[in-house]
Amino acid sequence: MFVVTPAYAESNPTEGTHSETGAHGGEAAGGVFPPFDSSTFASQLLWLAITFGLFYLLMSKVIVPRIGGILEHRRDRIAQDLDEANRLKEEADNAIAAYEQELADARKKASAIAETAREKAKAAAEAERASTEAELGARMADAEKSIAAIKVKALADVDTIAEDAATDVVKHLLGGAVTKAEVAAAIRAASGK
Amino acid sequence: MSNDPIHQFQISKLVPIEIGGLDLSFTNSSLFMVGTVAAAAGFLFLTTANRGLVPSRLQSISEMSYEFVASMLRDGAGSQGMRFFPMVFSLFMFVLVANLLGMFPYFFTVTSHLIVTFALAMLVIGTVVVYGFWKHGLHFLHLFVPSGVPGVLMPLVVMIEVISFLSRPISLSVRLFANMLAGHITLKVFAGFVASLGSLGALGIGTAILPLIMTVALTGLEFLVAFLQAYVFAVLTCMYLNDALHPGH
Repeated sequence: MFVVTPAYAESNPTEGTHSETGAHGGEAAGGVFPPFDSSTFASQLLWLAITFGLFYLLMSKVIVPRIGGILEHRRDRIAQDLDEANRLKEEADNAIAAYEQELADARKKASAIAETAREKAKAAAEAERASTEAELGARMADAEKSIAAIKVKALADVDTIAEDAATDVVKHLLGGAVTKAEVAAAIRAASGK
Repeated sequence: MSNDPIHQFQISKLVPIEIGGLDLSFTNSSLFMVGTVAAAAGFLFLTTANRGLVPSRLQSISEMSYEFVASMLRDGAGSQGMRFFPMVFSLFMFVLVANLLGMFPYFFTVTSHLIVTFALAMLVIGTVVVYGFWKHGLHFLHLFVPSGVPGVLMPLVVMIEVISFLSRPISLSVRLFANMLAGHITLKVFAGFVASLGSLGALGIGTAILPLIMTVALTGLEFLVAFLQAYVFAVLTCMYLNDALHPGH
């Protein structure tokens, strides 16, 4: 039908409608302004009813549910993806919290280990110092003992030297000899021994 | 083609049909109604055939027009108004595509005929009246009786309300019809100036540039009007449907 129509329209001269009567007489009679030409109303109303009715049917049965479905599906999908993202974020947060916890534990443990090590080292150093001090004390005691011995010995020698000196002095002054025993006795008496 | 600016609104029979003395011929107007429906439905059908989660460009056009009308209806008539969505969407798409098709040279503009726009307006008002009475019964008549009006003024107010209600289908249909008619006549007149000035020789061709610029500018304006009038028609439909849903002011 549509293929035929242009040919029909062409065969209809542009101004033909004005002059034609008979079969086409009803349409656009004379100088009537076309939109107010009531002879075309019935046809326009019928075809509007048919085409718009069909259009409405198509829209309400096919297009509107389809586009509505697409939009709804998209909305659902976005909501679902957001939920999923939230879930993953929560998981990540949990993992971070667990990691932080573990890190804190490890830090605590590490500081505990360091503390014990420090204690041990301190104890060892203390022990070392104590033993060294003890050794030094012993050595000092030995040294004091030997000093005392040397002193005693020296003091004893002092007596001998005094005896010899006294003997020599007596010998020079008196010319006589005195026995060693006498001198020793005299010195002992002089030194109050 | 004739230079007569009215000629473009001429209805010519393509397939003469006469039933019971009524002329029901398939005319160029009918052809463009079919074309409008085919173009609008075909576009919406084909672009959404993939049901893409991520829409293609054409699919987004369909979705945008859907959401455009949906938000218009929700704003105008509340979420209860969504039951009329297929009707408002059909009206909007039909008027829009008919207007846009009319922008093609030599094409017939379906909406430039008062009877067509009046029929569409009556469809809207008929829906409002039928649904209003079916849903609210006589309470629907409260539409004409605003609350808080002193008793003395009531008859006057009711009369004004009734007249305003009755004039709705007329304003709704005449607005669309007159816009399309006037726009196309203006375009044709200015385009006619180009042709007649151009035939006057060198000077004429020089001056013909002015109406040519005007024609180009008007063509842009007419595209805007084509969309705007479809939008206005749909918005007013939403507002009237709101009265059917919530008759109390």
